Amino acid sequence: MAAKHVRMGEAALSKVDKINSEVLTFTYGAIVTQLIKDYEDIEEVNKQLENMGYNIGLRLIDELIAKSGIGRCADFRETAEVISKIGFKMFLGISPAIVNWNGEYSEFSLLIDENPLTEFVELPEQYRGLHFSNLICGVIRGAMETLQMKIECKFVKDQLRGDDTTELRVILKEIMADEVPVGYGE
Amino acid sequence: MTSTASKKEVAESSFEFLHIELVHYLERRHKQVATEHKDDNDLISLETPYTKLELMGFRVGQRLIERMCRDHPRFNDNLEIIKYICKEVWNELFKKQIDNLRTNHRGIFVLLDNRFRWLLHTSPNSANTEPKEYANYVAFACGILRGVLANLGIESTVKADVTTLPACTFTISIQS
Repeated sequence: MAAKHVRMGEAALSKVDKINSEVLTFTYGAIVTQLIKDYEDIEEVNKQLENMGYNIGLRLIDELIAKSGIGRCADFRETAEVISKIGFKMFLGISPAIVNWNGEYSEFSLLIDENPLTEFVELPEQYRGLHFSNLICGVIRGAMETLQMKIECKFVKDQLRGDDTTELRVILKEIMADEVPVGYGE
Repeated sequence: MTSTASKKEVAESSFEFLHIELVHYLERRHKQVATEHKDDNDLISLETPYTKLELMGFRVGQRLIERMCRDHPRFNDNLEIIKYICKEVWNELFKKQIDNLRTNHRGIFVLLDNRFRWLLHTSPNSANTEPKEYANYVAFACGILRGVLANLGIESTVKADVTTLPACTFTISIQS
């Protein structure tokens, strides 16, 4: 199963136009700086980053499906593969390792050791509470919500904050039932 | 790390998503702050989304050029710098060159991009008859240009005009 997703991710990556990752890195850095200026409160900055990511996720999922041709996932384990090997691969050129499944296969972690968003970044002491890449959490949540999965996503470890790895925890909360869109009911 | 090290690449759409959301965020934030302060009698100075975008672009441009022309020999004059921007910088950002460059030889340079990538996915707002406001979608690019020039020792102002989508003209005025 894994090999298939690796192939699909690489095929999708080869299909999309690419730019030098530094443009993205610098722009993202400028956004975080701007948010800190706008809100001053680090918790609020984390929230805003997540929210921006959520808005992006809602739109980005269309491109992922269109460019990769991926169909419906059989289970959440396959979903994890798709997030790492296709989603991350296609948009950021990386595929984080999937580790630490829980017993019910409803929670896993992504180990992000090479993150284009955090290149050249060092967090000053007073910003230790900042989840610098929190936008990614929002992207995953937004993208998954479009596919009717309620997800909770958070950084539990972060190299920028002195941890040995960067670990993103993804928790499946609920699979929402198919609902008739507003206006289509009898 | 040498300059021959393979460059890391990301999907261009990742950047486009981020850029569009950035514009939306700043517009939301601006509205929110303006509403919060609408009863204040003293006029607080509000930075517009345009100003913020331009300034953010400026910083990005500065960093970008610093890394781009690390090994580039010294530029002889302004025209050479502008040409470098039209070719190399534009290529780095948009995978293409500027389509047309004009100058009055007195410090004004007009750069035309016939298919400006950050406008490719915008569409005219058909719902209302007023021309859609594109300024915020080109502000970041103006800032990048100004930042690039500043780091090469040229003080300038840059403004962009969108006439027919997705073409965009950037006018660089160099301060003498």
